[in-house]
Amino acid sequence: MDTLLLSRIQFGANISFHILFPTITIALGWVLLFFKLRYTVTGDAKWMQAYGFWVKVFALSFALGVVSGITMSFQFGTNWPGFMETVGNVAGPLLAYEVLTAFFLEAVFLGIMLFGAQRVPGWLHTLATFLVAFGTTMSAFWIIVLNSWMHTPQGYELREGVVHATDWFAIVFNPSMPYRLSHMLLASGLTVAFLIAGLSAFRRLLGDRSASVMASLRFALILGAVLIPIQIVAGDMHGLNTLEHQPQKVAAMEGNWETGGNKPLLLFALPDEAARENHFEIGIPNGASLILKHHADGVIPGLNDFVAEDGTVLHPPVAPVFWAFRIMVGTGMAMLALSWAGVALMLRRRGVEGLPKPYLYATVAMTFAGWLATLAGWYTTEIGRQPWLVSGLLTTEQAVADVPAPLVLGTLVTYLAIYAALIVAYMGVLFYLARKSAMGDHVAMMPPSSAAQVAITAAE
Amino acid sequence: MFSDPAIWLPFVFAALMGLSILIYVVADGFDLGVGVLFPFADDDEKDLMIASIGPFWDANETWLVLAIGLLLVAFPAAHGAILTALYLPVAVMLVGLILRGVAFEFRAKAPAHHKTRWNWAFYTGSMMASLSQGFMLGIYILGLEQGWADLGFGLLTAVFLTVGYSFIGAAWLILKAEGALQVKAVAWAKGGIWGLVLGLGAVSAASPLVSTRIWDKWFSWPELLWLAPLPLLSAALVAGLWRALRRLPRPGDHGAWVPFAAATALFVLAFLGLAYSFYPYVVPEKLTIYESASAPESLMIILVGTAVVLPMILGYTVLSYTVFRGKASLLNYDLMAQNAAPEAAETGTTTER
Ligand code: HDD
Ligand code: HEM
Ligand code: HEM
Repeated sequence: MDTLLLSRIQFGANISFHILFPTITIALGWVLLFFKLRYTVTGDAKWMQAYGFWVKVFALSFALGVVSGITMSFQFGTNWPGFMETVGNVAGPLLAYEVLTAFFLEAVFLGIMLFGAQRVPGWLHTLATFLVAFGTTMSAFWIIVLNSWMHTPQGYELREGVVHATDWFAIVFNPSMPYRLSHMLLASGLTVAFLIAGLSAFRRLLGDRSASVMASLRFALILGAVLIPIQIVAGDMHGLNTLEHQPQKVAAMEGNWETGGNKPLLLFALPDEAARENHFEIGIPNGASLILKHHADGVIPGLNDFVAEDGTVLHPPVAPVFWAFRIMVGTGMAMLALSWAGVALMLRRRGVEGLPKPYLYATVAMTFAGWLATLAGWYTTEIGRQPWLVSGLLTTEQAVADVPAPLVLGTLVTYLAIYAALIVAYMGVLFYLARKSAMGDHVAMMPPSSAAQVAITAAE
Repeated sequence: MFSDPAIWLPFVFAALMGLSILIYVVADGFDLGVGVLFPFADDDEKDLMIASIGPFWDANETWLVLAIGLLLVAFPAAHGAILTALYLPVAVMLVGLILRGVAFEFRAKAPAHHKTRWNWAFYTGSMMASLSQGFMLGIYILGLEQGWADLGFGLLTAVFLTVGYSFIGAAWLILKAEGALQVKAVAWAKGGIWGLVLGLGAVSAASPLVSTRIWDKWFSWPELLWLAPLPLLSAALVAGLWRALRRLPRPGDHGAWVPFAAATALFVLAFLGLAYSFYPYVVPEKLTIYESASAPESLMIILVGTAVVLPMILGYTVLSYTVFRGKASLLNYDLMAQNAAPEAAETGTTTER
């Protein structure tokens, strides 16, 4: 294997690992703020308990996000020096603003948010929680701006092969940014909704009927039910935007070879790039034309338009984009079914108490559904941009570092081993914490004696 | 000269990058050092050691992200050259930072019988990060060459920087701990001070020897005269440190801040010396900051943001150190201390134990 391929796998593995944790922390920060405010307003201990449990998950996810993020920022230099040399004048300031306005804010106030509750006044602790949530969202904003610019670059000029920024407003508000940002923030909200629902259902199945678990489960199912339709609409608009700016990507997502009208929405197919056709197609007639053009004979771009005279292929690899897109949309549909069924069941039966066991099992099975959809979505977007690194400006091949392949292979294998171990440990600890809290609830049935309280206070 | 932004902007950015490397080396230096000292402590002490750096380590590491960000942003050509030359040590450092960063959280949250495993990860990760940073420093000083002599020197600086970190880590613990742990920390500091001295000596001796340019910068008249305070001050600081350590801990905890302050001052002096030697090069002897700087318009955009945001960052960093001042106590996530709800009380005491 050559350095280019290995570097791509390494970068893909690193960013895939990294994004798992920001997706959780971005939305979980806001959820924690919500729990904290509910507790402040109602004084109901269940909200404090919910906060107490989820703040641990937050701290753990945050640590994993930070360490994998530090790896990301070095990867640009170690593996893709051509990236910064060519588009550094645009990418640099965006990354710098992310560090300055987001990373320090999160990192410093995280300490106060996690460990400071007893050292600072309540309002300052709430403010710290807010600033951490705000910081993670800011960092999502800056990095998505950069990523969107890489898909739909504008506001620059080329001088001697190097990009120079001419219009920062155009760079920040590039055409795909609003769609990508809202789709990503919603993805984060959904990931957290299903994570909370899944772990709460797990505790409920272990026999934990504490008020905090019930409240969290109810909250998470409602959150999911509200966000998923918005996400589907946002995703549709995102797709229309992509159709305008990156038609070859949409052609690959739809598995459509020939430009034309009355195109079916393919539910299943095996795209074959050598033969330039699909095998075993199953589709809904006129579906793709209806979704993308809103009438049955709407013309959909085909992949064959993106082959140069000399046979050079200028469109992305078809099968991965095609399948990643279907996995994302499929997961989204499953989310819709689960969360709406949950809300319907809660309305018809006795609220969250009435959720039947099979439903709870299904919810546990969907705990990490958000991760699946998010990764699939990113694969659609990113592989769909190939062979370009920055659309129309810089190919991935031009940016790669001149590092010996065995060196890249060695570090790649190390990273993969560590990431695999950490994901297993992370998931394991989440369920362990849930089990421990579910057991601890028996203890909670007994009111703490005043002697025990004195002991706790003395230990501080 | 300073009316031309193509001249002063690279200089300002080199200074900013230097500042953030310096803050990183002191700040993450002490928390990496605490990790290096981990095996010498017993289990309860380990929890306290973690508690003394828990609220800070994440922000400390962010200075590394800023430094590498500024390198990448302001000197893109140098960024590629340095990081591809240091590919392997960078990877070792990253793996180390990953291991120790996650161990912080996992050791407190994973099942109790996994705790030793995560303690091990915390120590190993801290060692990997410290050693590889020292190695990179050595290789960098010799001009990013890959010969045997360079590797040997890199290994030497790797050991010295690690011992130096353990020294500043011990100084931090003298400040944050009390009782038996504080006594231990004083002993650790006495052991570590030699690493610092030898490290400073080796770097000071090697850099002028490998480069006639650096030699001329230091050993010519009148530079010699006004540079003399740098080594003299360092020597005085080391002597003062040694005296202070022999008397610590003192009743009423007087002077517990002295070792940490003196260690910080030493790191600053050493850094100033290095900065003086290498200016104006960013890749030693190959690429100056002026040759590798980005376009002035882009640097200007960042400078404006930095001028506004950096004071705020420093402000809330001070706030955080003020909130967590005083002796370290075990960490917990509870919203309230007294009349805590049962579950919160239960989880609170198990959080970091
Ligand atoms: C949509 C969100 C998103 C995306 C696409 C990325 N990140 Fe990220 N990143 C975050 C959202 C985020 C975050 C939520 O803000 C994190 C997670 C935990 C944290 O501390 O902040 C973070 C942390 C984080 C850190 C650690 C910051 C610290 O020390 O506190 C670094 C250095 C990076 N990221 C760098 C990157 C790079 C170079 C990326 C792309 C190539 C990237 N991130 C993609
Ligand atoms: C966080 C979510 C993201 C995920 C999961 C992700 C995933 C991927 C994947 C799988 C590839 C490989 C495509 C291929 O080579 O076939 C890729 C390419 C790339 N992406 Fe992303 N990406 C994400 C966000 C970003 C962001 C925010 C940036 C830039 C700031 C970025 C920059 C790149 C670069 C430089 C490449 C080219 C290297 C390569 O081909 O592997 N990505 N990404
Ligand atoms: C069910 C309906 C959905 C539709 C129609 C949809 C549509 C899309 C489209 C068209 C893209 C590619 C954008 C491009 O071309 O660059 C995309 C990307 C993405 N999707 Fe979805 N999506 C849906 C559901 C979801 C769900 C449920 C999640 C996660 C919980 C999700 C997460 C993502 C992410 C993270 C990306 C990559 C980032 C981006 O480009 O914004 N999507 N989606």
